[in-house]
Amino acid sequence: MKRTVIKDKENYHELDNVLAKYKGKEGVLIKALQEAQEIYGYLSRDVLVHIAYELEVPLSEIYSVVSFYSLFKTEPSGKCHVEVCSGTACYVKGLKNILDYFEDELSLKPGEMTKDRKFSLSTVNCVGACSAAPVIKIGDELFGDITNQSLKQILEKHGHE
Amino acid sequence: MINLTIDNQQVQVEEGASVLEAARELGIDIPSLCYLKDLNAPASCRVCIVQVEGRPTMDASCVLPVEEGMVVYTNTPGVLAARKQIIELLLSDHPFECLTCERNLNCELQRLAKRYGIRDLHIEGERNHFLVDDLSPSVVREPDKCIRCRRCAAVCESFISANVYRMVDRSFQSIVAPAYNGSLMESSCILCGQCITVCPTGALREKDSTARVWEALANPDLHVVVQTAPSIRSTISEEFGYPVGTPVEGQMVAALRRLGFDRVFDDCFGADICVMEEATEFIERLKNGGPFPQFTSCCPSWVLFCEKFYPQMVNNLSEVKSPQQIFGALAKTYYAQLAGIDPAKIFVVSIMPCVSKKYELLRPEMKASGFQDVDAELSTREFVQMLHQAGLDIKKLPEEEFDSPMGSASGAGIIFGSIGGVLEAALRTAYEWLSGEQLKRIEFDEVRSQEFKEAVIHAGEHELRVAVARGTGAAKMLLDQVLEGKKEYHLVEVMACPGGCVGGGGQPIYTETNDWNEQINHRVKRAQGIYELDRNKECRKSHENPVIVKLYEEYLGRPGGPRAHKLFHTRHVSRKLYAEKPLLVQKK
Repeated sequence: MKRTVIKDKENYHELDNVLAKYKGKEGVLIKALQEAQEIYGYLSRDVLVHIAYELEVPLSEIYSVVSFYSLFKTEPSGKCHVEVCSGTACYVKGLKNILDYFEDELSLKPGEMTKDRKFSLSTVNCVGACSAAPVIKIGDELFGDITNQSLKQILEKHGHE
Repeated sequence: MINLTIDNQQVQVEEGASVLEAARELGIDIPSLCYLKDLNAPASCRVCIVQVEGRPTMDASCVLPVEEGMVVYTNTPGVLAARKQIIELLLSDHPFECLTCERNLNCELQRLAKRYGIRDLHIEGERNHFLVDDLSPSVVREPDKCIRCRRCAAVCESFISANVYRMVDRSFQSIVAPAYNGSLMESSCILCGQCITVCPTGALREKDSTARVWEALANPDLHVVVQTAPSIRSTISEEFGYPVGTPVEGQMVAALRRLGFDRVFDDCFGADICVMEEATEFIERLKNGGPFPQFTSCCPSWVLFCEKFYPQMVNNLSEVKSPQQIFGALAKTYYAQLAGIDPAKIFVVSIMPCVSKKYELLRPEMKASGFQDVDAELSTREFVQMLHQAGLDIKKLPEEEFDSPMGSASGAGIIFGSIGGVLEAALRTAYEWLSGEQLKRIEFDEVRSQEFKEAVIHAGEHELRVAVARGTGAAKMLLDQVLEGKKEYHLVEVMACPGGCVGGGGQPIYTETNDWNEQINHRVKRAQGIYELDRNKECRKSHENPVIVKLYEEYLGRPGGPRAHKLFHTRHVSRKLYAEKPLLVQKK
């Protein structure tokens, strides 16, 4: 049954190609959301509303999933997105020190982005590299045994002046 | 059948029953907050925990299936201590505003705290602080009072099919809320208020209109008229110690006069006009070949549901406004002229079983008189609140009559308050107009049965396929079948709430059961009083109501005519399901 839906006439070409694969199928929401995030870098409300209309899934359901999994981002990230591990080992071995460094040097708290959009920060639950604690992650790259000195070098490599 | 032992007593229950249900058979009331049998059993509140012999930990009894030979203890010192601690944990993230809370003395959490003698809070810690959503004209959401029971989500998903609520965020910040923990006004909400009726605490409530009405009553420059919805005359009674469904129409009128209303009129009068107009529209559609089905449009939440979820079907909605709006338009035109009062000085109050009516009266098209046709709406609960404030007990009041002329209704107008009533009222008129014959039996018994879904009615040469959808969830199923071409109907009544208006979102909140079907039965019982009043009426058909006949002769012209059209008809609009921009943004 085709439902007429009134919606924004925005350009969602690339997303629509993704959603076309999943329309009318069960259990595809997380997959669709992951692919949408790959396109836009994060999931804006507009994108979620569009997915809600296209897949005929309630927006409440979609947001429930998005807000449950830390994998999904609802805010845009900086050019360099830093994830700081907040697992038990990293917590013990200096998580606070790392977060303080970001706050002192970049005025950046978890969940925020710098004004120049270069850096954004989030915490992540255990990344499974406890022997190298404390660790941070940038993209797919993992950095262990973080000290203020090594952190400074890493950030400089990613454009911090 | 399964045999088990609960607190040293033997009991036999059907396989698949829960331990909580089995205990109930023995008269043991295991407390629960989230559980509503056959609607919601997420086992999230944990207060129903019991100890089963041979098990290392306690279990939530609402979702624990009975097993042969099971030995259960519901009130050992260990269970009681754990249960108390669970209640304390719930209270530790709950505002202590009982004295100023709408649900004071009618709150399930408060009752549990009393029942288990919580005297000290041993647990202190972080508390959630969310913004209150009071952006809708109907429902106020105060997330800080939410205990994450998910009953609102369950009723909204399975009965209403609006799917407004889900679990949002995780861990300590998690909350049952619309997407983004945002406003109901940016969600798919249809403002029916069923979430209010199942909420165990004060996290959901109606928007207060009592202050405005008190002010209007005290204003000497205003002429304040009131219209009372069909159902409230048999639902206020349970708040004053009468058995459920006792009709107290006369005392209700007396009470309204004592509150200071200048005229006490009946919304059922508006309902009679609604029947005249809808039946005329229906016959027109039969002549013109549709569009069918014609949907009733008295329920503003159903109208909103259709506009949001089935925007392609809005032309199937009857063009006729609801009785509330018909009455308002007439009060500020016909009545103003009759009484020689400037309509600008007439303040129309409606008392409705509903919170959605607060929204309906604000719709921009509801200004047929040149003014806002209805100024304020009180839910049944707010009306009862005002009676308490004024120290009026309807049990001690005499029976009085409605004022004329807008207080004379037929029995058909009164049954609008029960599910199926609008259809039955419309059929009483449409049948006689179509067939040219008198109805042999005035009561459409089949329509009144809670199992009734659809029927074929022969009226003269016409074969009318009619249906009733009990709840917007049922309407969704019906609409899908119609759109798929599997079903065809001529006339369909839809009410958003269980049992129709008697089960409306503005009715007294009934907390005596944790069984959803018993909840519905309680609401349906309220309709008994309405049908009793109908039976005792001399005039039971809208088109035979002498006051209505006179009104058309002297003022309105013919049903569906130009004046009736201007005052009582409207077009419905297609709406977006979700607002474009968020209206309420919670602080992180």
